[in-house]
Amino acid sequence: MKPIDMTVAALAEALQNKEVSSQEVTRAYLDNIAREEANIGAYITVTEEAAMQQAKRIDEARANGKDLPKLAGVPAGIKDNICTKGTLTTCASKMLSNFVPPYQATVMEHLQDTVLLGKMNMDEFAMGSTTENSWYHVTHNPRNLACVPGGSSGGSAAAVAAGLAPFTLGSDTGGSIRQPAAFCGVVGMKPTYGSVSRYGLIAFASSLDQIGPLTKNVYDSALVLNEIVGYDRRDSTSVKRQYADFTKHIGREIKGKRIALPHEYFGEGLAPEVKEAVLAAAKKLEALGAQIVELSMPSLKAALPAYYVISSSEASSNLARFDGVKYGFRAQQYDSVEDLYRNTRSEGFGAEVKRRIMLGTFALSSGYYDAYYKKALQVRTIIVQEFQQMFEQCDAVLAPVAPTTAYRIGEKRENPLEMYLGDVYTVPVNIAGLPALSMPCGTDAAGLPIGMQLVGNAFGEAELYQIAYALEAALQEGGSGK
Amino acid sequence: MMQDYEMVIGLEVHVELKTETKIFCSCSTAFGAAPNTQCCPVCMGLPGTLPVLNKKVVEYAVRAGLATHCTIARYSKQDRKNYFYPDLPKAYQISQYDLPLCEHGYLEIQTPEGGKRIGITRIHIEEDAGKLVHKEGGGTLCDYNRCGVPLIEIVSEPDIRSAEEAKQYVRKLRAIMMYTGVSDCKMQEGSLRCDVNLSVRKKGETAFGTRTEMKNLNSFQFIGKAIEYEFARQVKALEAGEKIVQETRRFDQQSGKTFSMRKKENADDYRYFPDPDLIPVVTEQAWLEEMQQSIPPLPDDRKKKYIEQYGLAAADADLLTADLLTADYFEQAAQGCSSPKTLANLMLGELLKLIPAEAETIPIRAAHMAELCNLLAEDKINNGTAKKLVKQMWQADTPPSVLAEEQKLWQINDRSILRETVRRAIAQDEKSAADFRAGKTNAIKALIGRAMQETGGQANPKLLAELMEDALNEAE
Ligand SMILES: [Zn+2]
Repeated sequence: MKPIDMTVAALAEALQNKEVSSQEVTRAYLDNIAREEANIGAYITVTEEAAMQQAKRIDEARANGKDLPKLAGVPAGIKDNICTKGTLTTCASKMLSNFVPPYQATVMEHLQDTVLLGKMNMDEFAMGSTTENSWYHVTHNPRNLACVPGGSSGGSAAAVAAGLAPFTLGSDTGGSIRQPAAFCGVVGMKPTYGSVSRYGLIAFASSLDQIGPLTKNVYDSALVLNEIVGYDRRDSTSVKRQYADFTKHIGREIKGKRIALPHEYFGEGLAPEVKEAVLAAAKKLEALGAQIVELSMPSLKAALPAYYVISSSEASSNLARFDGVKYGFRAQQYDSVEDLYRNTRSEGFGAEVKRRIMLGTFALSSGYYDAYYKKALQVRTIIVQEFQQMFEQCDAVLAPVAPTTAYRIGEKRENPLEMYLGDVYTVPVNIAGLPALSMPCGTDAAGLPIGMQLVGNAFGEAELYQIAYALEAALQEGGSGK
Repeated sequence: MMQDYEMVIGLEVHVELKTETKIFCSCSTAFGAAPNTQCCPVCMGLPGTLPVLNKKVVEYAVRAGLATHCTIARYSKQDRKNYFYPDLPKAYQISQYDLPLCEHGYLEIQTPEGGKRIGITRIHIEEDAGKLVHKEGGGTLCDYNRCGVPLIEIVSEPDIRSAEEAKQYVRKLRAIMMYTGVSDCKMQEGSLRCDVNLSVRKKGETAFGTRTEMKNLNSFQFIGKAIEYEFARQVKALEAGEKIVQETRRFDQQSGKTFSMRKKENADDYRYFPDPDLIPVVTEQAWLEEMQQSIPPLPDDRKKKYIEQYGLAAADADLLTADLLTADYFEQAAQGCSSPKTLANLMLGELLKLIPAEAETIPIRAAHMAELCNLLAEDKINNGTAKKLVKQMWQADTPPSVLAEEQKLWQINDRSILRETVRRAIAQDEKSAADFRAGKTNAIKALIGRAMQETGGQANPKLLAELMEDALNEAE
């Protein structure tokens, strides 16, 4: 098997057994990038030279008998909002088009023995669902180049789907890992809030953001997540606890697991093909011995507006630091400090980012705070409670990821509200801080992948992987999906 | 017309905490380093960095709260105050909005009518901003060393009614912060800064007038001057039928006047919201009790001790305890000294004049000061010599007995020597002697002065006076 077709698990094993060198693997991916990247546009930066040097270092260390971590020598693509020391980190924005972080994100320290292939394209500052909001270029869906790959981690999802990286990291604030994973037919995991350090992740909405892996399959996802979770004293919201080996329940049967199907995820607006595929997955789970529990979670209806208020409010403050004074883009023409701010931010941010900043600034303004931000936090509390109650009787939730499969590039660009509605199934998880895994469960008539998500209880990733793995195997046997 | 009005003052005092490291990162807080040498990605607010609260900051703020009789919140949070300014790298300051760490305290000051309580509304923790250096001929430089230096803001109730009370309040607050080790309170270095909110009203009225705010007053003198000027300005304006505008006014040190600062557009909507990067600050009961135990004796405690144990006058005790340096020094010297009262007199009369504002040390060893006191109390030197020796000891680290011996400054207590001196003085100034005998008793002063001068100032003054009187009366 060629390296670009291999899973992370297979690559890691082959590297450990010295059946292949990291340089060979890295070269194979770089060659594939050279062939395919022009069509896909998954990367903002390809770090070819540094990647080959790193691969060489790892090969030498291995030859010297050095004890290396599991993923040592495996190449990776990293979303361009995760700070990589010495490597351009742009958030796909003109604003940070010259920003080279002087420090490493915590997840990059965890992955220091992997090989960085480059930085992945995304919607500017992770705001968007199509990766069309990148200041650099659009990313094309490898399953159909005329379609969007989803977003905001569109580059990360497309790269895995197209064999441009064996795994990538993305970030998920309201579905930004799961939705592009669904659109591109790969596996995307949004971990429990607080389990992966946010130190070095350029914040969109601090209380919702979480870094997670995008991989070819469920097992790889567990492997990568194993490497990046953990308490980090540099992140106050990081949770101090023993993190289980997420592969440990993989392969066990799922008999008796109770899977919730909340009505609210299957209502109006959901494309029939998507609905059918997700319900078919439910049937598969039932066939595996799981019990399907149909129930209602009425608060989910309020999740989308609450999400847009909270995320935009936090973003308006988080993005205020981009003022042209210390780093990043600075407008050339200005007559005063106010002018410098105004011109820099007017020229440096794209339309969607400006829209969110204005939304958030408005929601936090005196006189409106109680009606919007405070209310949204109250909604958040109710949603958290409703999930808690639900998890007292169920082990996981099964839901669609997006109302539709991937749509055509440009189709929704002029209609932000319609685009926001596309997040309706993904945002409740971020609001509640829960883990959720997105995986393919079929294809539509046009051959585009359909995604589904499994939502777990807080820190219940191991169990999610157990269920997802069993389902993945069953779906493949049944000939559905791949 | 001024006397028909009273001023109503509330103070906001910012105090830099004496922690080794900054509030959200491990950079040093030391003052005076070269620009931008004490900063890191976190305090520079680089994208992706996150703040982690320094536990010492909570500890220090709680100590400040306990020392000012505040209630300490069991649960408090940190909020973002959003505004754009080049000295604020994140474009928001992390502060506390509706759930401050400490609330409902007070401290006591001395007024001519006796002790008075000034209420403390709240004490909250926050980060300092950087410093802008405006270059001559245009251009501005940013120094981020001060970014993230921990501050507490202490907000008083509008209980203050005069410039003198305001100064007393700040003095007392400063002393408490220094006693508890929370801050070094150096006004010159900006580690204690004061904002004054002032309004006026007719005496007897209970409603508040419209207030103005004067920011960043960094000396007692300026606090006093700014208040006096602003009071007069507001009274004059009201008498002229004008309205007071709620605004920030700048105090000009040169002219001693306050000037209106252009009100910035929307400057007052800071869009406070809880900082999602930080978790709530929760204080445990057991820890709070431990903190309470760790509060050292405060100015009022020491003052009480000086009055009761050392027999000092209240005013003297107040002066000595106003500064931790002088209080500590007094107590140290008092241990080796037979008359603490004499020590207090010497310190207040001579030593305090030599100590510059915000000094950190006193060059005279406490043991030497104690020895000096004892020499004075045991009649080995007189008061004039003691004063002279304080100045000499400030210059050179030498025991007072050695200085007295070297310069032959011992007091002359020998009656026969002094009698002879007295006799000569009378002989040299017969007119004064005659005046005295004619009933002008004051004339004796000239004679004593002459005799004292003849001994080089070393005569025992009491004995000299006694012998002079005897001699004048005898010769009648
Ligand atoms: Zn720092």
